[in-house]
Amino acid sequence: MPTKIEKDTLSGQDTTGHEWDGLKELNTPLPKWWLWTFYATIVWGLVFVIIYPSVPGWRGTSGWIAREAIVEEVRAAQERNAPMMARLREATPAQILENDEMRAFALAGGRVAFANNCAACHGAGGQGATGGYPSLADDDWIWGGSLEEIQHTIRHGIRANESDDQRQSQMPRFGADNLLTAAQINDVAEHVLSLTNRATDQAAAGRGAALYAEQCASCHGERGEGNREFGAPRLNDQIWLYGASKPEVVAMIRNPRAGVMPSWQGRLDAATINMLTVYVQSLGRTN
Amino acid sequence: MAAATATAALAPGQATRAGEVAYVEAPIRAFAAITAFWGVVGFLVGVVIALQLAFPLLNLDLEWTTFGRLRPLHTSAVIFAFGGNALLCTSLFVVQRTCHARLFGGDDAGWFLFWGYQFVIVMAALGYVLGITQGKEYAEPEWYVDLWLTVVWVAYLVVFGGTIMKRREPHIYVANWFFLAFIITVALLHIGNNISIPVSLGSSSSYAAPPGVQGAMIQWWYGHNAVGFFLTAGFLGIMYYFIPKQANRPVYSYRLSIVHFWTLIFLYIWAGPHHLHYTALPDWAQVLGMVFSVVLWMPSWGGMINGLMTLSGAWDKLRTNPALRFSVTAVGFYGMSTFEGPVMSIRAVNGLSHYTDWTIGHVHSGAMGWVGFITFGALYYLFPVLWRKKAIWSEKLIAWHFWLATLGIVFYITAMWVSGIMQGLMWRAYDELGFLQYSFVETVEAMHPYYVIRALGGVLYLSGALIMAFNLWKTVTDSEAAEPEPSAASAIAVAAE
Repeated sequence: MPTKIEKDTLSGQDTTGHEWDGLKELNTPLPKWWLWTFYATIVWGLVFVIIYPSVPGWRGTSGWIAREAIVEEVRAAQERNAPMMARLREATPAQILENDEMRAFALAGGRVAFANNCAACHGAGGQGATGGYPSLADDDWIWGGSLEEIQHTIRHGIRANESDDQRQSQMPRFGADNLLTAAQINDVAEHVLSLTNRATDQAAAGRGAALYAEQCASCHGERGEGNREFGAPRLNDQIWLYGASKPEVVAMIRNPRAGVMPSWQGRLDAATINMLTVYVQSLGRTN
Repeated sequence: MAAATATAALAPGQATRAGEVAYVEAPIRAFAAITAFWGVVGFLVGVVIALQLAFPLLNLDLEWTTFGRLRPLHTSAVIFAFGGNALLCTSLFVVQRTCHARLFGGDDAGWFLFWGYQFVIVMAALGYVLGITQGKEYAEPEWYVDLWLTVVWVAYLVVFGGTIMKRREPHIYVANWFFLAFIITVALLHIGNNISIPVSLGSSSSYAAPPGVQGAMIQWWYGHNAVGFFLTAGFLGIMYYFIPKQANRPVYSYRLSIVHFWTLIFLYIWAGPHHLHYTALPDWAQVLGMVFSVVLWMPSWGGMINGLMTLSGAWDKLRTNPALRFSVTAVGFYGMSTFEGPVMSIRAVNGLSHYTDWTIGHVHSGAMGWVGFITFGALYYLFPVLWRKKAIWSEKLIAWHFWLATLGIVFYITAMWVSGIMQGLMWRAYDELGFLQYSFVETVEAMHPYYVIRALGGVLYLSGALIMAFNLWKTVTDSEAAEPEPSAASAIAVAAE
């Protein structure tokens, strides 16, 4: 098709004289603002690649290196807190609580350490979760709520086989290992429920009392008061790690579950573990 | 050029005017229909995974329906199934008409491309759901799918290039420059980023050839240019045909189209490293990626100017032609996201935005606003033309689609801006003692309301697409036939009335 330049009456511009399937193009010059903005970005780009590293070997006139910048930032932050971190490393949790400055710092640092390391299981506020993640925001401590006991648990973990000093205990599998019959397990479960006045079958609960005294009381206590030395939870309160209903209690007697917590002493430094200890205790209550 | 062969290429029984070429249309009709179909599928999966993020229970605890598997299903469905079929459909339609030449290879070539490409999509999708992936974003399919796609893509290049070679117009229309750049570059990107060694011929897994940070660099060279050449250059090709057609106006500036075409394709290919700020990638590569991304701003906007200014003198058509409203709004979203992109590529901004929902919002203003809308506009134009109808079945439903989809995008991107910036700020917030202010889980919790709003936006966008699918279906089955001896020109005239 021959070139046929026309004038567009609306814009006053010439066409290029070509046509494709009825489509034509105007020969409008480049918009000035567009062109100058484009030039400006190019000039900026040229300046920028001189100031900063932009080709292999060229380090830029600014001397800026991303890796050095971040190392410097981290170093400055660590240096700022270094004296306090040294004090927290050396002090015992009890000493930390007695000193206002250390306590405030430890509670702030402990909150972050808890959020990043513990909250996944124990909840953002230490409220725990169903299925065996104990609440830390109450006074019911399975392995003890003193500063020393809490710190021991954090350091060495529970049943994770990561530390020789870990918290360790194992409830027998009364059903799975045929230590008790199904009927006996039912009776024991009724007795356990009766500790919180929830037995549905008083006769069964009565029959279960003797079995309980024989099989369970040595760890969980005669009246279900629990024993922190073995991490045996209280059974005479409303706090149930694996569920409060009768089927859940029966399941725990038949084939018990036991929670696992990692040992943190190789993962977190001593100062952070101290801060965590103080923070975790502050969530609940000592008794 | 090649004028002598054109008459020989006329297929018997096809409607034609004197001197008119018998264009290949049946496979293009199939491409148009499957574009709408995959669009609905892709948007639906998007809504599902948006809801999964707001309500994780919807993962259903089944490995096949977890977010990790459905997410690539969504991205591939919208980019490669919906977007890819839209590009194949429009490019094969446009190249014939603007070259005044029948498709190189004829109907058979068109059908090979159609079935070959659908096979790629189905194989890829099956792989995702079954957990077969090479773990590269937007390049998840494993080696056996990659090989087949290479065959189909080279055939596409031959068919498209062959049609240009035998054109009967002295010059190559601007839309075809963009389509050709898209086809060639995507071929390079696809091959470059998928060089890998299968574990064995019987295994679906493979080892990527480039190690470590080199692999990451190649992945984002690919990833960003999938945006640049697949979703930008290709769709600019669509814009350069369908906007002047629907507006019935000449393209605003031929000079601008030349300058922004060459600057765009030259600059885009360098921009990938901005995806790897603050990583093990050497500083010089990060800086270079950022500089090219910022300089890319005006070349990108050249396309926007040419799209919008083509309407000068024809703005009134927006009131009467709802399909054109889609095309023009698309250019608006294109301008917005091609400004947002350079801003986000700046290292300091990226330090806040990267890995947050802001990126998701940015991608979706481009994908839903630009890619989606320009495709909807093209489909509403193409269906009456390809099926020889006077007009789309219901213009009112196009308007409904337009407003639902626009509202959906607004919900989506505003929710993601707020949540993304909030997320970035929460991640970097320190208290006065130098401790992080928030834990990660607290930032996740803070996102919840925005994830619900985002899902609502997705539902609106999906509803619009369902209305479109219904409208297009009714156009094929119920719309009044166009005059006998139909030609594209008469169909346009009716559609534009």
